[in-house]
Amino acid sequence: MSKLYRFPGGVKLPGHKAISTSQPIRKAPIPDRLFVPLRQHIGSAAECIVEKGQRVLKGQMIGRVSDYVAAPVHAPSSGTVIDIQKFPAAHASSLPSDVIIIEPDGKDEWMQSEPIADITELDKSELRNMIRFAGIVGLGGAAFPTFIKLNPAGHQISKLILNGAECEPYISCDDMLMRERPHEVIDGAKIMRHALNAEQVIIAIEDNKPEAIAALNTLADEYDWLDVQGIPVIYPTGGERQLIKVLTGKDVPSQGLPLDLGMVVSNVATAAAIHHAIDHQQPLISRIVTVTGSGVRSPQNFEALIGTPMSDLIELAGGYTDDADRLVVGGPMMGITLKTDATPVVKASNCLLVQTPADHAGEAIIRPCIRCGECVKVCPVKLLPQQLYWYSQAKYHDDLQSHNLFDCIECGCCTVVCPSHIPLVQYFRFGKSEIWKKQQETLKADRARERSEAKTLRLERIKAEKKAQHAARAKKTAAGAGRKKEIEAAVARTKAKKAGDTGSAENATDNA
Amino acid sequence: MEFSQQQHYSPQTPAQASVSRVMLNVILALIPGIAVYIHYFGWGVLVNIVLASLFALLAEGLILAIRRRPVVTTLMDGSALLTGILLALALPSYTAWWVTAVGIIFAIIIAKQLYGGLGLNPFNPAMTGYVVLLISFPLEMTRWNPPLELAEQSMNLLEAFRYSFTGSLPQRMDIDMISLATPLDLVRGRLDMGFNLSQIRSEYSIFSNLSGKGTELINIAFLAGGLWLLYRRLIDWRIPAALLSSMLLISAVFWLINPEFYLSPVFHLFAGATMLGAFFIATDPVTASTTPVGRLIFGAGCGLLIYIIRSWGGYPDGVAFAVLLMNLSAPLIDHFSQPRITGYRERKS
Ligand code: SF4
Ligand code: SF4
Repeated sequence: MSKLYRFPGGVKLPGHKAISTSQPIRKAPIPDRLFVPLRQHIGSAAECIVEKGQRVLKGQMIGRVSDYVAAPVHAPSSGTVIDIQKFPAAHASSLPSDVIIIEPDGKDEWMQSEPIADITELDKSELRNMIRFAGIVGLGGAAFPTFIKLNPAGHQISKLILNGAECEPYISCDDMLMRERPHEVIDGAKIMRHALNAEQVIIAIEDNKPEAIAALNTLADEYDWLDVQGIPVIYPTGGERQLIKVLTGKDVPSQGLPLDLGMVVSNVATAAAIHHAIDHQQPLISRIVTVTGSGVRSPQNFEALIGTPMSDLIELAGGYTDDADRLVVGGPMMGITLKTDATPVVKASNCLLVQTPADHAGEAIIRPCIRCGECVKVCPVKLLPQQLYWYSQAKYHDDLQSHNLFDCIECGCCTVVCPSHIPLVQYFRFGKSEIWKKQQETLKADRARERSEAKTLRLERIKAEKKAQHAARAKKTAAGAGRKKEIEAAVARTKAKKAGDTGSAENATDNA
Repeated sequence: MEFSQQQHYSPQTPAQASVSRVMLNVILALIPGIAVYIHYFGWGVLVNIVLASLFALLAEGLILAIRRRPVVTTLMDGSALLTGILLALALPSYTAWWVTAVGIIFAIIIAKQLYGGLGLNPFNPAMTGYVVLLISFPLEMTRWNPPLELAEQSMNLLEAFRYSFTGSLPQRMDIDMISLATPLDLVRGRLDMGFNLSQIRSEYSIFSNLSGKGTELINIAFLAGGLWLLYRRLIDWRIPAALLSSMLLISAVFWLINPEFYLSPVFHLFAGATMLGAFFIATDPVTASTTPVGRLIFGAGCGLLIYIIRSWGGYPDGVAFAVLLMNLSAPLIDHFSQPRITGYRERKS
């Protein structure tokens, strides 16, 4: 056990984890239709490379990357592409993207691929490319393309931290993964460690998951570079910055990355996905999803193909209870409510939480801020949420920025403790997007202005050049007499030289 | 299945705390102190509380109705009721109903609702109301009755009500019986006349081991209620801790210099409205400082000012003025005590 630290603020929340961990991970059957969105990650959407009617194999790439920050998508099962549609994506970026609809043929026929003999032989950038082309993104919910994180970019990496904290209530997919498949996590860790040349790997797990800690510990003894570390249960200890603080006592600089401290943080499920991609050549086509909450009859974890409709998983979990009234993707603290369950599971879908009226605040009366400072106490970034709230209401964008709105990690701690039930985070998200929008507009305006300025400059330059030409011409005529002599002299010189050296004669003409 | 088409935002958790619950708990925590208060100073205390609470709810409801705000849900936040009770606790035990009413009008209508209602008032409403009364009706506001154990006569509940509404005393009593000074007042008056503390103490039976008879127990009861609030984490420890320590410190310094002229730290801590002020008045979140460091400064400032006003000011107690003065400084304190944000080496200016 190494020394642990405390991050500021945070809240203790009821875990509600046990309701979904009593049953083992269940493999969800192949659905009738698979809906694979082309954008399931942070970055540009993948570009569709299949056509309607085309047969695809399991694991075949169907959307390719056309940008650096992007991830490809693959067919989760073999079958036929029956349509490519616009689809309102209910996820991460919340931008709509096209969806490839596949009708599986039930054969689940894999694409053939070459196994890799020894990853340590591989060039590191090649390894990163393999991870990239396997479509691997952070599975903790952020869905950032993982290969980018695995590039040490000249930094000496002292610690690779695998995040198994899973600090949001209800979610248990990482817990179940670590309990049942600890070797996958560790095999993934080996590959990531190699890619980063990391000295040490720490798997950090909240103390409320003793089974997971024990399962990993039995395997971890073999490796002297690997530590399994239990950490105190407090939300949001699984936040990247908070986790680093807890494990090392260091603060990631604002606007900076863990890389600046020589550290990389990644989710345990991402490590397992990397293991599948490299050791078994299986791209990211499935994930473990927790289906839980008092609104489903039989909460449990599923291993589901990406593209499986959420309604199928709910059905498999015994269906909705009569009083189910809210569907959340992700946990209760940072998740997103959906208006319909006719939405596919994507790479970032770690949890489907079905709530009943007792589980959420419902239409709690929002009262004025009484400046109690509870929000200040719990903010893990040490912001002043109530101050930010004033500024957001007043739309004082400059004050919002100077009070570091953009350091807000949107963890929701301030909101859950607010006795006036003010939806603070919502104000902050909105404030951020407003400022972004404004910046985009200024950027556009700036570009337009630059363009028009450039145009004016160009026109002026042309004008000036013309003027200069006129002037030169005038001068020429004026200086015509004197110049004539010079020319004659030059011509004479040239003639004289021509006899000997043609090359220098050319030069002479040029100089004249 | 389709769900509500209305957009809901995370966090999606049941409400953990609510303003009404906080206020209700604060009122509950006042009960031991109130009980002891009534026990020592008679039914007039209860009459004050009942009238002030009633007036406060009426005044707030009236203004809300005029401002076209939801009356019932807003009254349910409990803040008006708490203001009423706190103001009542600052009044002399036997106060005419109209004095209470004037205090409430200032507290609720002017100090609170005219500024926009709960959360927007810069000054503690109850203390504003009290100070207005103290300045407008100095005579009525400094007429205290003795603790019951020293009183020759006292009023029952009915008589107390009748006195409040008609000003008529039961025949066995006269106005002098309820026109005494508080221990703090007495000490200051006699010191000014050149007596020293030992003389004053032996001269009057109103004093007790810690401070004044009755007063000390009332303070202990409010302290107990305050500790309970701290234990329930309903108030921040910083303000009472800083207030009491700064008071302890400054009174100890002067007391060590001249124990015959300056009251002991213990006396100060358990006299007047110290504990009520420390745990229930200065902690009013709306008007106090909000940053953690700011709250320490705020509390310490209150403690110092209470001591200064008690020792050298012209009023019987310093709590109300001290709190209002610090209310005035709270925005400034907040501005200069912002916490350093994680990931910033030094504060950006
Ligand atoms: S928790 Fe709510 S009421 Fe309290 S200061 Fe923060 S925003 Fe205001
Ligand atoms: S949501 Fe933002 S402001 Fe609120 S506690 Fe979290 S980081 Fe602080």
